[in-house]
Amino acid sequence: MAESGKIDPMHQFAIEPLFGTDHLSIGGFNIAFTNSALYMVAAAVVLWIFVVGGMKRELVPGRWQMAVEYMTGFIKSLLVANVGEGGKKYIPYVFSLFMFILLANLLGLLPLGLLGLHPFTFTSHFTATGVLAILSFSIVLIVGFWKHGLHFFSLFVPHGTPLPMIPVIFPIELVSFLVRPFSLGLRLFVAMTAGHVLLKVLAGFVINSSNAGLGYGLTVGSASFLLMIGISALEVLVAVIQAYVFALLTSVYINDAENLH
Amino acid sequence: MDAEAAKLLGAGLAAIGAGLASLGVGNVFASFLEGALRNPGAADGQQGRLFIGFAAAELLGLLAFVIAMILVFVA
Repeated sequence: MAESGKIDPMHQFAIEPLFGTDHLSIGGFNIAFTNSALYMVAAAVVLWIFVVGGMKRELVPGRWQMAVEYMTGFIKSLLVANVGEGGKKYIPYVFSLFMFILLANLLGLLPLGLLGLHPFTFTSHFTATGVLAILSFSIVLIVGFWKHGLHFFSLFVPHGTPLPMIPVIFPIELVSFLVRPFSLGLRLFVAMTAGHVLLKVLAGFVINSSNAGLGYGLTVGSASFLLMIGISALEVLVAVIQAYVFALLTSVYINDAENLH
Repeated sequence: MDAEAAKLLGAGLAAIGAGLASLGVGNVFASFLEGALRNPGAADGQQGRLFIGFAAAELLGLLAFVIAMILVFVA
C-alpha cells in the first residue's frame, strides 16, 4: 500500500456534495445534491431525450425512432419469452429499469476525466442498486399477493414435491426467494465496483511505473496501458450485460408472481 | 500473526473464489457454444437461460470479491 500510496482506487466512489449544498437538510436528514444524484439526473435526462426523440410516430420510422422501437421491442420480446402475454403490462417498468441502469453504467465509463470532471457510476453503490432491486422485489410481492392471494405461498412448494419433503423444501425455497433482492442488487453493484477498481489499479500501474523511470515505463507501463484498453472494452460489455441481467432476472421473478410455477 | 496481516491474507485467499467463479462462467459459455454449434436453430431461444446461468455463476465470484473488500476496508 505504501508503494502506490498516490493512487487510491476507492477514491472514485466517494460521494461529494456539489454546488455548495453540503448542509441542505430536511427534518435533520442531509439531502445534499451529490455527484451520485447528479449522475442519476443525467441518466434520467438522457433516457428522456432518447425516448422523446423517438416519439414522432412516423409511419416510416427514421433512425432515431428505429433505435427507440428496437429497444422497446427488445424488452417486449424479453417479457413475452419469460412471462408470456401477461407480461406486456410490465414493459414500461422493465424498459425504464433496463435503460436507466444501462445509461448509468455507460455514463460512468465516459472519459470525462480528460476534461477535468470526475465521472461517477452510481450503480457502483449498493444503496442505489439495492433500491432498484427492492423496487423489483416489491412489484413481485404486490402482484403475487394481489393476483393469487395466499395461494402465492404455493410458489415455495414446487409441483410434485412428495409430502414428506415439503417441510424441507419450503424453508429452502423461502430463503432462496427472500435472498433475491439482495443478490439482484449485489450483482450489479459488485460488477461495476470491481471493474472500476480494476481500471484504477491498472491506471496506477501506468503512472507509478512511468514515474519509476523510462525502462519501467516502457515495459510495465505500456503493457498495463494496452491491458487497460482491453479491459475498458470489456467494461462496456459488462455494463450492457449487467443491465440486461438485471432486466432478465426481474422478468423471471415477475413470471413467478404472474404465473406461479 | 498480526491482525492486519491476517486480514490481507484472507483478502488474498478470497481471490481464489473469484478465480474458481471464472471457471464456472467459462463453463457456462463453453457448454452453450458446444450445444449451439450442434443445433444453431435452437440457440437463439436459449439466450435467456444462458444469461441466467451466467448471472448465477458470476454472483458467487462477486461474493468472493465482496469478502475481500470487507476484509480490506471494513473489518
